Amino acid sequence: MGTAVSTAMARLAQQLGATVSQPWTLMEVCGGQTHAIVRSGLDQLLPPGLRLIHGPGCPVCVTPAATIDAALGLAARPGLILCSYGDMLRVPGSNPAAGDLLQQRAAGGDVRLLTSPLQAIALAKAHPERQVVFLAVGFETTAPATALLARQALALQLNNLSLLLAHVRVPPAMEAIITAPGNQVQGFLAAGHVCSVMGISELQLLARQHQLPVVVTGFEPLELMQGLLHCVQLLEAGTPRVVNAYGRVVRDGGNPAAQALVQEVFELVAQTWRGLGTLPASGLALRPPYHQLDARRRFQLGQTSEGEPGNPCISGLILQGQKNPVDCPAFGKRCRPEHPLGAPMVSSEGACAAYHHYRP
Amino acid sequence: MNACIQLAHGGGGTLMQQLIDRELRCLYNDPTQVLHDAARLERPPGLLAFSTDSYVVQPLEFCGGDIGSLAITGTANDLAMAGARPLHLSVALILEEGLPLGLLRRLVASMAASARSCGVAIRTGDTKVVERGKGDGIFITTSGIGVVEAPFAIDPLAIQPGDQILVSGDLGRHGLAIMAARHGLDLQPPVASDCAPLWPLVEQLLAAQVQLHCLRDLTRGGLASALQELAQARGLEFTVENKQLPVLEAVARSCELLGFDPLHLANEGRFVAVLPPQHLGSALALLAPLGGRHIGSVRQGPGRVLLRTEFGTERLLIPPSGELLPRIC
Amino acid sequence: MCLAVPGRILTIDHQPPEGSSEGKDPLWRIAQVDFGGVRQQVSLACLPEAQVGDRVIVHVGIALSLVEDDEEAEVEARGTLPWAQP
Repeated sequence: MGTAVSTAMARLAQQLGATVSQPWTLMEVCGGQTHAIVRSGLDQLLPPGLRLIHGPGCPVCVTPAATIDAALGLAARPGLILCSYGDMLRVPGSNPAAGDLLQQRAAGGDVRLLTSPLQAIALAKAHPERQVVFLAVGFETTAPATALLARQALALQLNNLSLLLAHVRVPPAMEAIITAPGNQVQGFLAAGHVCSVMGISELQLLARQHQLPVVVTGFEPLELMQGLLHCVQLLEAGTPRVVNAYGRVVRDGGNPAAQALVQEVFELVAQTWRGLGTLPASGLALRPPYHQLDARRRFQLGQTSEGEPGNPCISGLILQGQKNPVDCPAFGKRCRPEHPLGAPMVSSEGACAAYHHYRP
Repeated sequence: MNACIQLAHGGGGTLMQQLIDRELRCLYNDPTQVLHDAARLERPPGLLAFSTDSYVVQPLEFCGGDIGSLAITGTANDLAMAGARPLHLSVALILEEGLPLGLLRRLVASMAASARSCGVAIRTGDTKVVERGKGDGIFITTSGIGVVEAPFAIDPLAIQPGDQILVSGDLGRHGLAIMAARHGLDLQPPVASDCAPLWPLVEQLLAAQVQLHCLRDLTRGGLASALQELAQARGLEFTVENKQLPVLEAVARSCELLGFDPLHLANEGRFVAVLPPQHLGSALALLAPLGGRHIGSVRQGPGRVLLRTEFGTERLLIPPSGELLPRIC
Repeated sequence: MCLAVPGRILTIDHQPPEGSSEGKDPLWRIAQVDFGGVRQQVSLACLPEAQVGDRVIVHVGIALSLVEDDEEAEVEARGTLPWAQP
C-alpha cells in the first residue's frame, strides 16, 4: 500500500536497526538537515540507542548579535538601503526588545529582501544617489555568491554598494564541537551543499585527526537515512573515514572555480560565532583590493563586544548540541517564533524552530 | 494622458460625483439606480448571514486576479462557508492620491465581473481618497449579506470525533501567484490564482443532502491555519495524510526554490469540509471530479493538527508565524 | 545550510558590462534554468564547463555543481514530491 519511497525508507530503517549493536551518538551539522529530519519524523524511525544531536550549521543562528545590531543601525539611516536574505529579517540582535529588521522596515527603514546577492547590483545601479548595503551571511555554499558580487561590483565600479560580512566556515565549528570537554559526538553527517563547493579534503583531515566517521549527505529524507546508515556502518566496523554519499552532486575536489573565486576575494580570519565564541580561521574577511566594499570601514562601524547581558537564551548550548531545545525553560513560552529570545527559534534552520514547528 | 485619482475625488463635490458616475456605476446592477445613503432590500425568510473583510493585497494585479476580484469573491465565500447563499454586497474603497485611473477601471470591471460570477449584487458603497503615501494604491472593504440555506448549523463546535476531513482542491496556487508577482518568479506556464466562488459547490453538497459539520475556506496561512483554527476551537485532534494533500507540481517546485511550504500558502477558492463519516462518499462523489480529496480525520485528543508523513511518522502542522518570506538556507 | 535546488539549463548567455574588453570573461556568463516549470536566471560564473542541457544545483542564483545522473536515478535517491498530484 505504500509508495516506492515509503518502502525504501522502511527498508533503510530496518537495515539501520539490524546494523546497530551498541549505542551511538551522531551529529548532523546542517540546520537544513535538522529540519528535514524533524519534519519527516525520521528521528522516530531510529533504533533505540541511536541518538541524533543537532549541530550549529545554521548561518543565521551563528551570525554575531553585534552584526545584527550593525544592520539594524544601518537600516535606520535615512537614504540607506539595507538588503538581506529573508532568513535574517526576523532575527533579534543583542537586545530582543530593540526588534528585528522587519520591525525596522515597519518603522520606516528601507529594508529589501533578496534571493540572490546579484540583485544588490541592480539595486545599486537603480539608486546611484543612495548607499546600498548587503548583509552577507552564509557558510561555504553561499560564499562564492558573495565573492561574485564583490568581483562584479568592483568591475562595474559601483561606489554606492558595500557588504556587511558575516561569513563562516564549517570545519572549525566541527573541530570546536569535537574538542569541547564532554563531547559525545561519535560521527557526523556533513552538509552536502557545503561540500559541493569545498570538496571533502578538510573533512578527511578531521576524520583522520579525531578518528571519527563523516558522511557527506543530501537533504531529502531518503538521503538522510542513507547517510545515517553509512555512518553507523562505519562506526560498527571501526573504520573512521569520510564517505561521500552525495556523489550525484559532490565531487571529492569540490568546485575549483568557486573556490578560486572565494580565495580571490576573501581571506581567513578568526570569527566570533553567536553562542560559540571566537573560533580561529573560521570567518571570511575581504582582501585589501576589496576593502572599499567593506561596510564596516565605509560606515566606521565599531567592533562592539559580543555580549547579550540578561538574555536567558541558551543558543550556544543548543548549537553545540549540548542541550536540546526542549531542555530550555523558555522554549515555547517566553521564546516563540513571534517573540524569539535568540536566533535558533526564528531561523528556518534553527533547532528550536524545528522542534517548535514539528515536534508533537 | 496619465489621468489619476486626486484628493478632490474624495471631497464630496463635483469631481467625486463624476468619479462615481463614470467609473463606479458599473458596479451596481442597475446603473440608473439612484444612490442613496442606504440600500433598501427585501427581507428573505429564515436566517441571514453577514460577513465583512478588508483587502490590502500587494501587488494589486496578479496572474488570475486582482484586489477587486479577491474582495468580491472573498466575502461571498465567507457567506458560503456559513451555508448561506450570498446575495448583497457593499463595496467601500479607499483610494490613494495618484492611483492611475486606468488601473481603477480595470479593478472595477473585475469587481463587476466577479459579482456576476458569484451571483451577488452590489447594493451600496463608499469612496474616500487619502493623500499620496498614506495608502497602498487602494484598500477595499466588502461586507456581505446572504440567506442561510443549510438546514443545520455549520460551526466548529459541531465537529465530532470520527469526522472526516476533505479539501475541495489543490493547495497554494493563490499564494504562489502573489509570491511570483512579488519576487519576479517566471513560471512556465504561469500559475494563476485559484480565486473562485465557493457557493456553487456548497449548494451542490446541500442539494445532495450531505451533512456538513463545518466548512472553512483556506485563506491566509493556508491549510495549516484553517485546520489549526478548527482543531483549537473544537478541542479535538485532527490528523491529515501528507500523501493525500493535492499540490500542483509547479507550486511544489516553486516552494522548493523559494523555501516556502505549500501548506502555508494562501488560497482563495478552496475550502475544507469536516463531516460525519457516513456522508464522506457522497461528498467525495461531488468534490473529487473537481480536484477534491479526502485528507484526514478527527479524533479525541488535544486541539492540534498532526500530519502523517508517507513514512508513517507524525509531526505537528502549525500555521506560519508572521509574513511568509523566501529563504536561502 | 543551504537551499539548493536542481534545474536544467535551457539557454546560456553572456552579459558583460557595457564597454568591457574583448573575450568572454566567465564572470558574466548566465543561464536560463528550468526547475520543473519555474524559470530563473542563474549565474554560471562558478561552472565554466556547464552547457545547455546540463542539470545543475543552484543556490542563491549561482550554479554550484553539475548533477550527474538522470532524473530517474534522482527520483530513486531523493524520492518524489511528498504530496499528491492534483
